Amino acid sequence: MSRLTLSRGLNEGLRKALENDPKVLIMGEDVGKLGGVFRVTDGLQKDFGEARVIDTPLAESGIVGTAIGLALRGYRPVCEIQFDGFVFPAVDQIVSQLAKMRYRSRGQVSLPVVIRIPCGGGIGAVEHHSESPEVLFAHTPGLRVVACGDAADAFTMIQQSISSDDPVIFFEPKRRYWDKAEVDTAAGVDGALPFDRARVTLEGSDVTLLCYGPLVRTALESAAAARQDGRSVEVVDLRSLSPLDMDTITASVRKTGRCVIAHEAPVFAGFGAEVAARVTERCFYHLEAPVLRAGGFATPYPPSRLEEHYLPDLDRILDAVDRAFGY
Amino acid sequence: MTVESGAATTAASALDPPAPDTPDQAGEFIQLLTPEGERIEHPDYPLDLSADQIRDMYRDLVLVRTIDTVAISLQRQGELGIWASLLGQEAAQIGSGRALGPDDMVFPTYREHGVAWCRGIDPVKLLELYRGVSHGGWAPQEHNFHLYTIVIGAQTLHATGYAMGIQRDGTDEAVIVYFGDGATSQGDVNESFVWASVFNAPVVFFCQNNQWAISEPLEKQSRIPLYQRARGFGFPGLRVDGNDVLACYAVTQKAMQAAREGQGPTLIEAFTYRMGAHTTTDDPTRYRLASELEMWKLKDPIERVRAYLVRGGMAEADFFAAVDAEAKQVGARVREACRTMPDPPPLSLFDHVYAEPTAILREEREQYTAYLDSFEPGMNGAGR
Repeated sequence: MSRLTLSRGLNEGLRKALENDPKVLIMGEDVGKLGGVFRVTDGLQKDFGEARVIDTPLAESGIVGTAIGLALRGYRPVCEIQFDGFVFPAVDQIVSQLAKMRYRSRGQVSLPVVIRIPCGGGIGAVEHHSESPEVLFAHTPGLRVVACGDAADAFTMIQQSISSDDPVIFFEPKRRYWDKAEVDTAAGVDGALPFDRARVTLEGSDVTLLCYGPLVRTALESAAAARQDGRSVEVVDLRSLSPLDMDTITASVRKTGRCVIAHEAPVFAGFGAEVAARVTERCFYHLEAPVLRAGGFATPYPPSRLEEHYLPDLDRILDAVDRAFGY
Repeated sequence: MTVESGAATTAASALDPPAPDTPDQAGEFIQLLTPEGERIEHPDYPLDLSADQIRDMYRDLVLVRTIDTVAISLQRQGELGIWASLLGQEAAQIGSGRALGPDDMVFPTYREHGVAWCRGIDPVKLLELYRGVSHGGWAPQEHNFHLYTIVIGAQTLHATGYAMGIQRDGTDEAVIVYFGDGATSQGDVNESFVWASVFNAPVVFFCQNNQWAISEPLEKQSRIPLYQRARGFGFPGLRVDGNDVLACYAVTQKAMQAAREGQGPTLIEAFTYRMGAHTTTDDPTRYRLASELEMWKLKDPIERVRAYLVRGGMAEADFFAAVDAEAKQVGARVREACRTMPDPPPLSLFDHVYAEPTAILREEREQYTAYLDSFEPGMNGAGR
């Protein structure tokens, strides 16, 4: 076991994938010599060469489109989109090409492509560097959409994503890149929790708090604070938005009778809406309160001096938890 | 505020583009067979085809035009939802298609029926897509012919990525990707030019400039001849008579060979003409003159080969009669196969979204199965 940042966990996971399968490639802007703007690919080009860790021209559609071609040729490309807000030029290639190829070929074509996207706010960035576009991709059949919340998951989930024969949109919480956790880099991924399963990160009995990506830590901090108020919060890290592990969610909500979901993306038509609908259908007679949501407002992402008001923090999540007890 | 008349004039002239090459004026291009069927030599493209090979090309040209004509009729009869005709572009497709090696990979648009023919795809498979029975029913890897791509230009990046894979495999193969004049305005096409150039990828960009992107003529896409764009990206571009099957064959063969030998990409602009509508939903009388079509009929890609075969004593009447008979036969088979093509079973719509069905897909499939079962036999759900 070693204590690694989330960024390093990804780096070690990518390194393992490159070592284990010669078909794995890494491609993106500045992923080579620089090691990526967040240093996630640090040192990989030096060790695996320019043919496998590819500094690409600066065009996101080109990155994903050529990754599709490489996958058609039998490679397993891992694309880095430098920031969440820069994925939009690649949306045709992701949504209309990558996601649909297996279906339109009646299963004759597999595209094992991973698209890594640093996501979310909280780092004081200029605009287009703090977006949470996960729902766009979760709403696209054919894509897997996952988000890691800590270094240990980063290490295993990136390897599991690369092994997947489906295309995976892999969200990395950029404000958590420097958070440290214990990671067993010697362990294989075989015994690890499958990457499309949710995890009960903290057991509790009074309310289920669903979260993913950057808000996993915030949710755990909220649960600790609620504990002082005598409330037992069960924190469930969804990890995978598509497919969605409803069995884990349902079991938790049926136990606690209350459900709050938190994400950075706008609440309106956000991922919480899908979860709320499904939880209501499955747990109607167990619910003491409606499913409540804490998240971003129905505004564009604000200038960074306002982001502490926009992002759901510990208090906003606790406020939602409180409201769940008000029915 | 005063607007000076001089300024207005300047503005107007700035909006008046220098004429690119218009459909009746191709400028310089590579031609080996004139519209009259006269064989001419080009110093860079010596070509020595046997009479058999030329007769085979003639047969290809006639058969794909027949399939195209049959498909248009099938659409008119309600058997197809839509059809994108290749009429007029047969030489560009057969010439380039026959120049490929079996290991070369092809990335088509949705109009490459002639290239599909060269790759051994049953035309009935093409009709599946336009009938709405599948999104393209062939196995891309079996034919080295990718599925049709409908989003304009998106496949150029797939082709370039595939070519980068060939480089990494170190094999003796190359890729050809088809697109049209309209596609050259797409970001993806320009990005693929950048990629192919920077990585020196073994890919040939085969642009069929058929003069029209639905209703928009070439001058809405470009102020310079399209093949000249390649120079700005750092690789060679050339223009070929797209209605000359021999020239298309020769330039494609040479460009593919260059790609295989590590010389990187080439842009081929096949100067041709979409003699029909964009698709069966289109009405070209709204935007172009009949006289333009009449002029292009004189450059027909098939007639010149026929004239060449006759003039060179390479084919007699019985050969042409045999090709016509075969065309009739192929047409009849395609017509019959289309009309009897069954709809896919309803529950197949849940298949192949992911490598394995997800819980949500299983659930939706079960629910929809139960829904269909709730009908009396013979009603909606029967036969699933």
